[in-house]
Amino acid sequence: MTKSSNTEGFTRKIWKFFASVKLSVAILLSLAATSIIGTVIPQNGSAEVYIHQYGEVFFKLFNTLDFFDMYHSWWFRVLLCLLTINLIVCSIHRLTSTWKIIFPDHPSFDANRFQNAKNRQEWTSTSSPETLKAMYDPYIGKRFSISLTEKTKDGYLIFGEKGRWTRLGVYAVHLSIIFMITGGLIGSIFGFDGSVNIPEGQSTDTIFLQNDPTGKKLDFQIRCEDFDLSFYDSGMPKEYRSSLSIIKNGRTMAQKDIIVNDPLRFEGINIFQSSYGEMPSDRLTVTFTERESGLLYDVEAMIKKPIDMPGNSGKLIIEDFRTNFSYSGFNLGKTFICTMVPTGGEPETLLISVDHPRFDMMRQGDFIITISNIDFKYYTGLQVTKDPGVPAVYAGFLFMIIGCYITFFMFHQAVCIKLSTTGSGAQIELSGISGKNRPGMNAIILRMSNHLKRLSAA
Amino acid sequence: MTSSEIFSIITFVYGAAAILYMVAWVFKKPLPGTLATATLAAAALGNLAGILLRWVESHQMGIGRPPLTNLYESLIFFALTIAVIYLFVEFKYKIRILGAIAGPMPFLAMAYASLPKVNTAIQPLIPALKSNWLIAHVMTCFIGYAAFTIAFGISIMFLVKSSGDAPSSGAQPLRMAGRIPAFDILDDLTHQMVTFGFLFLSIGIITGAVWANQAWGRYWGWDPKETWSLVTWLIYATLLHARLMRGWRGKNIAVLSCVGFVAMLFTYFGVNLLPGLHSYQ
Ligand code: HEM
Repeated sequence: MTKSSNTEGFTRKIWKFFASVKLSVAILLSLAATSIIGTVIPQNGSAEVYIHQYGEVFFKLFNTLDFFDMYHSWWFRVLLCLLTINLIVCSIHRLTSTWKIIFPDHPSFDANRFQNAKNRQEWTSTSSPETLKAMYDPYIGKRFSISLTEKTKDGYLIFGEKGRWTRLGVYAVHLSIIFMITGGLIGSIFGFDGSVNIPEGQSTDTIFLQNDPTGKKLDFQIRCEDFDLSFYDSGMPKEYRSSLSIIKNGRTMAQKDIIVNDPLRFEGINIFQSSYGEMPSDRLTVTFTERESGLLYDVEAMIKKPIDMPGNSGKLIIEDFRTNFSYSGFNLGKTFICTMVPTGGEPETLLISVDHPRFDMMRQGDFIITISNIDFKYYTGLQVTKDPGVPAVYAGFLFMIIGCYITFFMFHQAVCIKLSTTGSGAQIELSGISGKNRPGMNAIILRMSNHLKRLSAA
Repeated sequence: MTSSEIFSIITFVYGAAAILYMVAWVFKKPLPGTLATATLAAAALGNLAGILLRWVESHQMGIGRPPLTNLYESLIFFALTIAVIYLFVEFKYKIRILGAIAGPMPFLAMAYASLPKVNTAIQPLIPALKSNWLIAHVMTCFIGYAAFTIAFGISIMFLVKSSGDAPSSGAQPLRMAGRIPAFDILDDLTHQMVTFGFLFLSIGIITGAVWANQAWGRYWGWDPKETWSLVTWLIYATLLHARLMRGWRGKNIAVLSCVGFVAMLFTYFGVNLLPGLHSYQ
């Protein structure tokens, strides 16, 4: 054996391997089985939580297998890749033979092919084959896209056929998968998914992507003019609405009130209403109550600016704010997170709750600290996304639905009416064959025979 | 009468239809069979009327939303779709015996809906659910689920029959299995129901994806409910392809149809045990 025929054999083997439906059954089942992993193990969590939950050993194992971000793991992508190759090779392989059936050079009919049809209906008529032919011909011609009449020695054969093209439906389904996978790929390479919080009256051009704290700059500013929140009587939120403006090079390019389900779209970037919250104003008042004397000291403060505590006892920095802070399972409500640096001591983190001002008493410090005179402002939580793969995915959606409909509910069908002379009139035989031996064909033949009987009786 | 009262009555009518179907099967008499069909059709009509009334009620409460948005309402719609699809199959294929296994299913869905832990109140919608896609998404998904449920019933019949026909088994307790339609009819019916369900589940997943893209800016997020619907879809895609392999018709397909049904049930009910956007409260 020569080397070239050897490689040829090898290529053919590979081709046959990828053209097999067995492989696709295996891949589809593997995809179904492995997809479950990511619904049982929470995805993209933090390492500490995982170690706490699964222990060190399983954490390492799962981490190696990419179970914590499995839908983006190399092995899941390999499965998708195999599916795509399988699909393409299989489709090409089949299409080369199907194509000749769908678009034959010379459409021809063969009465023998109808010999074994189980759905044959037979009846007789007093009219002659010629009369019947004249009646049936137009009927078949109207009902079928291809029709043909042949003279036999004692009568006629009328053929009708339609729906050859429906054999292409399944290729539309398979093509749709390729479109979706391609669209997904385009989106993951050229798109992004970020979020940003903008207080009322402010603007920004930087959003934050998941797993990337540095932020991504947009080439325009998003300004939140106004944020509105309405509630049902029960206290459930009814609607969040943000009035947004898009400002580019100092000019307002777009303006829209967005609500959940109705985003603002600008230059391929979508801005969605996703959440909201409250933010304290920059300026506020910190009150220090001396535990022993009960004396009050009010100090004007700004977030992130250190302030002096009374009696030179140290410095206090208001670091951050949370709308709902949970402390040992207890909800402190609106809470400032502060750092206190006592003179000559170690820095200490304090929680100053606005809603529970007595919480700081439990700390047993020299001063009880409260924060007041805060103006709260709403901020709107926006999701900012770009996905240039969406048109391909949507095209896939369309092909999938149309293709499935064609494949499942339409089929290639052919009928044959055989008219033969009998003593007093004609013997009529009607039978049909269909692409996949559909039981639907029997019903069609039954209905047609009733119709034809009525035609010739009239 | 309120819609909730209608639904309680309908639950019993479904129960009666189920019993009549079983009686018809066991005693092989035509009269209970005809009665069963009539009772089931009446229940389905009442079910539909109840859903429409509930819609009106939500408007009267000033909420005005289609009754398809929580577990209770979805179960009631589910019962209706199962009943309608089954009645269609019975009418088209003239096989009443399937009623013995498909008949109890709407009853079970309604009975589950009347458990005390299922919240029956008409509640307003949270902002994320206010969309016309909601109706398209929920309806298509549940039509798909209903078709898979009936396919499951047929597959169970198939498996019962094939174990009853096995020469080794003592055929006496399974005598009634002999009245089950022939294997190729059951296999074909399963296939028809699966293709119908597959088309509707596909549309359901697609409308869900389009909606998610409109509400959250992503058409797919591997949320547990999304993922489980994909798992269900993949299992039925496997079934459609396995049928093309030599020797895979019949029993293996019936087993796959049962596996797909379990995945579907988990998509519907089990996912609420996992965290995610979709969980019905
Ligand atoms: C998610 C992926 C896929 C989906 C949703 C899908 C869908 C379908 C559907 C709906 C049918 C029609 C079945 C019927 O008529 O009952 C079908 C048939 C078929 N599929 Fe797929 N398919 C997928 C992947 C594949 C792959 C990877 C292959 C590769 C071998 C494949 C090969 C075939 C073949 C050969 C047929 C039969 C066509 C015929 O009857 O002429 N499919 N597929």
